[in-house]
Amino acid sequence: MTAAIATRALGKRYVLGARRRGYDTLRESLARAGRATLARLARRPGRSGDGETIWALRELTLEIGQGEAVGLVGHNGAGKTTLLKILSRVTEPTTGWADVTGRVGSLLEVGTGFHPELTGRENVYLNGAILGMRRAEVRRRFDEIVSFAEVERFLDTPVKRYSSGMAVRLAFAVAAHLEPEILLVDEVLSVGDAAFQRKSLGKMTEVAREGRTVVVVSHNLAVIQALCRRGIVLEHGRAIADCPATEAVDRYLRTLELAAAGDLLERADRDPRSWHDTRIRAVEVTAADTGRAGILVGGRPAAIVVHLTEELPGMDCRLSILNSLGQPVATLDSSLPSPADTRERGLGPAIRCELPWVPLVSGRYRLDVLVRARRHVQDGLQAAAFFDVEPGVVDGRPMPDAGAEGTVVLPHAWRLPE
Amino acid sequence: MSAARPAPRTVRLEPSRGLGRALSPGELWAYRDVALQLAVRDLKVRYRQTALGVAWAVLQPLLTMVVFTVFFGRLAHVPSEGGSYALTALAALVPWTFFSNALTVSSQSLLANVALVSKIYFPRVYIPAGAVAAALADLLVGIVLLLATVLAYGRTPSAGALALPLLAAVAAAAALGVGAAAAALSVRYRDVRFVVPFAVQLLLFVSPVAYPATIVPEPWRTVFAANPLVGVIEGFRWAALGTPAPWSAIGISAAAAAVLLAAGLLYFERAERGFADVV
Repeated sequence: MTAAIATRALGKRYVLGARRRGYDTLRESLARAGRATLARLARRPGRSGDGETIWALRELTLEIGQGEAVGLVGHNGAGKTTLLKILSRVTEPTTGWADVTGRVGSLLEVGTGFHPELTGRENVYLNGAILGMRRAEVRRRFDEIVSFAEVERFLDTPVKRYSSGMAVRLAFAVAAHLEPEILLVDEVLSVGDAAFQRKSLGKMTEVAREGRTVVVVSHNLAVIQALCRRGIVLEHGRAIADCPATEAVDRYLRTLELAAAGDLLERADRDPRSWHDTRIRAVEVTAADTGRAGILVGGRPAAIVVHLTEELPGMDCRLSILNSLGQPVATLDSSLPSPADTRERGLGPAIRCELPWVPLVSGRYRLDVLVRARRHVQDGLQAAAFFDVEPGVVDGRPMPDAGAEGTVVLPHAWRLPE
Repeated sequence: MSAARPAPRTVRLEPSRGLGRALSPGELWAYRDVALQLAVRDLKVRYRQTALGVAWAVLQPLLTMVVFTVFFGRLAHVPSEGGSYALTALAALVPWTFFSNALTVSSQSLLANVALVSKIYFPRVYIPAGAVAAALADLLVGIVLLLATVLAYGRTPSAGALALPLLAAVAAAAALGVGAAAAALSVRYRDVRFVVPFAVQLLLFVSPVAYPATIVPEPWRTVFAANPLVGVIEGFRWAALGTPAPWSAIGISAAAAAVLLAAGLLYFERAERGFADVV
């Protein structure tokens, strides 16, 4: 078996500050740009010297055989996306090299290589050309792509009028159907409805079975387990494990738990959009009636407290509850207000979320936290906390045990013949 | 799967040294379809988004000609060539409109195509090149307009008309050289997009658009021709008005355009490696 992808001591360094906060006003931006230009001109040309650099990928040596399906897992900023960007030639490595054999189809992060002003049809051909296909080849595949993406009615509509789900569906269909020898997919499966996710998962399995190479990044570990034989765990730009996918998932879950148990302020894997006017200091999940930390009881009240470093006016918080495989279970979002919410001054730098009763079946869950204020993401942490749910009683009815299907408990009543 | 597929080629991705990959002829050829589609796309977007469509390519030089003729020709008594100020101005405005549009659009092209640059790979130079190619379509319309106007004035274009493709190539080379460099700069320094329109405005006055190049006295006229637009504009006037063939100006301007193109592409290529990391 020949290698589809082989890397040797691959490394990528980014200069921090190359992408600073967006400018607020024109005047400010001009002043800042002027100062920055002067500062840059004063330095020796050719050296990108904003000082702080970060190695997004270091000394990565690996080989992926033709027809292998490999899952990449790791925290935010572990280097997964950087690796896919290098392999798809969007960015160059700083050190080492990678040999890529065969045509590469890629879907990087959310968003697509589409031109917003062109129609869906025109974009399919443009992407085909970029993949190195002749028009005739694209034409042969065209109907299949369109029916897979379910965008028949919008073919002659500019892509800018597509919903993000439609655009990603079309982008995935293009990448998967244009017969790339290597398919690189980053987190697409988190977009779009469940039916499409299933369909695209099926398509990727099919691509892998046809002897083509698939490399997938997903926080949804169930997807990794279902699709990939092999898993690679990245941490701080290095591969810390390269093993069967199920093992890699376990290994990654352990690193997640370890990270949540440590000091959250120390963590570097924060949401890259963060402005950091305030930072997540600690996250507490407690059973509200007993005060027990980290262990909730189904059907009983609970409280989640996000401790921050600063109190900012108008803060909002989004909590995502995920099951142990990283599949989202529920999202609690304060920016969708309810009359039950309160806002008070001087509460201190903390946000509190109260659940009248826990509607989850027993098991282990993970909490992702995102804090917004001043119209920007201020801080975000995945796996900021873990908690367990023990079986309890809902509306006087015992909850089904852990073996039952599903993740949530619904209050309900039966009408049965005597 | 189709059996006719050639054996997949292996590409080595590594830090580039020297000239790098993006200007290598093999790479440019491999992605030639992309170049074509990008140019077609730029054309479509251009005409789809403007209410006036192709008419814009005619109206822009024509209206400017009217304004120039009234204010510079009639009121300010700027000298003309071949007896008609209107034709003197139009012969310059056609290549000028092309150059300023090509330069402006290509200098903004990278920022306008962030989605493509940050998500997929192809030789990035095709983005500003596509913008210049799309502007060439406007130039073609402009040339037809110019020749038609000359005929309408009861004159016939001179043999210089045969040199128009060469002159267009000189203008396109200069526009691509400067436009590509400005596009690459604007990725790093966002204020470049304020600088380009201002520079274009200044360039209008240091180019013989509103006046004939003959008002610049010799020895300076030779230096003047280092502005590539001087040779191009004088060449257009030769074609339209039958003024003496300005071979030395064309030669100097073509050389200057070649230098601009080489320097611009070289800078673009050096900067290209970092595009996806910045945008």
